[in-house]
Amino acid sequence: MKKRNIWAGALFGIGAIAFFDELVFHQLLQWHHFYDWSTSEIGIISDGLFGAFGWFATIGGLFLLADIKRRKGFNSLRFWGGVILGAGAFQLYDGIIQHKILRIHQIRYVDNVIIYDLVWNISAAVMIIIGIVMLRRASKKDRGEEAV
Amino acid sequence: MNHQHYEHTSSLTDVGGVFSQILLAIPFVVALILYIIALVVSNRRGRGWAIYRTVFMIVGICLALISVIGPLAVKAHMDFTYHMLGHLLLGMLAPLLIALSAPMTLLLRALSVKNAKRLTRILRLKIVGFFTDPIVASILNIGGLWVLYRTELYMAMHESLLLHLIIHMHVFLAGYLFTISLIYIDPVPHRRTYMYRTIVFIFALAGHGILSKQIYAYPPAGVPIHEAQSGGMLMYYGGDVIDAVIIVILFYQWYQSRAPRSAVAAT
Repeated sequence: MKKRNIWAGALFGIGAIAFFDELVFHQLLQWHHFYDWSTSEIGIISDGLFGAFGWFATIGGLFLLADIKRRKGFNSLRFWGGVILGAGAFQLYDGIIQHKILRIHQIRYVDNVIIYDLVWNISAAVMIIIGIVMLRRASKKDRGEEAV
Repeated sequence: MNHQHYEHTSSLTDVGGVFSQILLAIPFVVALILYIIALVVSNRRGRGWAIYRTVFMIVGICLALISVIGPLAVKAHMDFTYHMLGHLLLGMLAPLLIALSAPMTLLLRALSVKNAKRLTRILRLKIVGFFTDPIVASILNIGGLWVLYRTELYMAMHESLLLHLIIHMHVFLAGYLFTISLIYIDPVPHRRTYMYRTIVFIFALAGHGILSKQIYAYPPAGVPIHEAQSGGMLMYYGGDVIDAVIIVILFYQWYQSRAPRSAVAAT
């Protein structure tokens, strides 16, 4: 059940951040481009795979959550820790591998894109750290309860 | 710009003409009539049939018809964006709705016991199991699209009536096969695990997304770039939305199958 809470959270986190990216950066702000001419073949493949996986992760994560709830095994700290960890990990992958190495598209088409890249990737790292801290707290709490 | 306007003559063998449209429409009309006959026979035997299934069938057939006959079919022949809209209806949405109408279940109910047993025996054949394997169905469906849009086939489709008919029927049948290989509404003798179906589905959806970006970047021969771009984006997002519905159904069935005993007793 511990692992299942983390998995449900992480999958939902990955899917939710991918959805957020699409909604905010592609559709609302229109900073991201659907395709830019520096995109490599592998970039299109990576984008296609992660785009598909994002849907499965969001929907699958929520069904896993429903399963945990009906088994009465929900652990809020662990689930949300998983969400933030998953979201941070995907954001870091998107920011380093997909934007910079595979050059799918840039965050925004401006001169000082490096600033955007720094904010993007540092916030991803911060999310990963917060997620890990929350998961460790959840484990500590478990041990504390066992000791009592 | 390699834009090519297709010549339009009123000849009977014109690829986008009335004759071709009617030929493509016939199978769908026949399917709907058969469904309604089966429904009547099944009802006469006193077995109920959920009304929403019949509605799914009617809407599914109507969407398929809209894509092969009438103004959309004519526009699809000249403008790639409309072609793609037709593809989403004929190859994805109509197959999904028809699959949800459980035609095989209804047919088995309407047939005599002897004939139903015969049909079941056919469904159990190894060859049927082969084609309903999600990998085979995905290759026929997504692979077929790759061949259509990445080779000269898309051009040739506009010139040969026979190719036009075969490709349109293939798009529908492969879409239907793909749908029923992933979500089990009708009885399925050759069942695959949820995990297997999920993994294959991820790659199939990825293949669909990758192809739509390829079309956006490198238009099929004879398609102007702005049509390829709007068509590619329509394919990308439209495919996502329809496939999301299939994912929800697949995972819901998975969720149901894993219900703990207490939850089963409670419902």
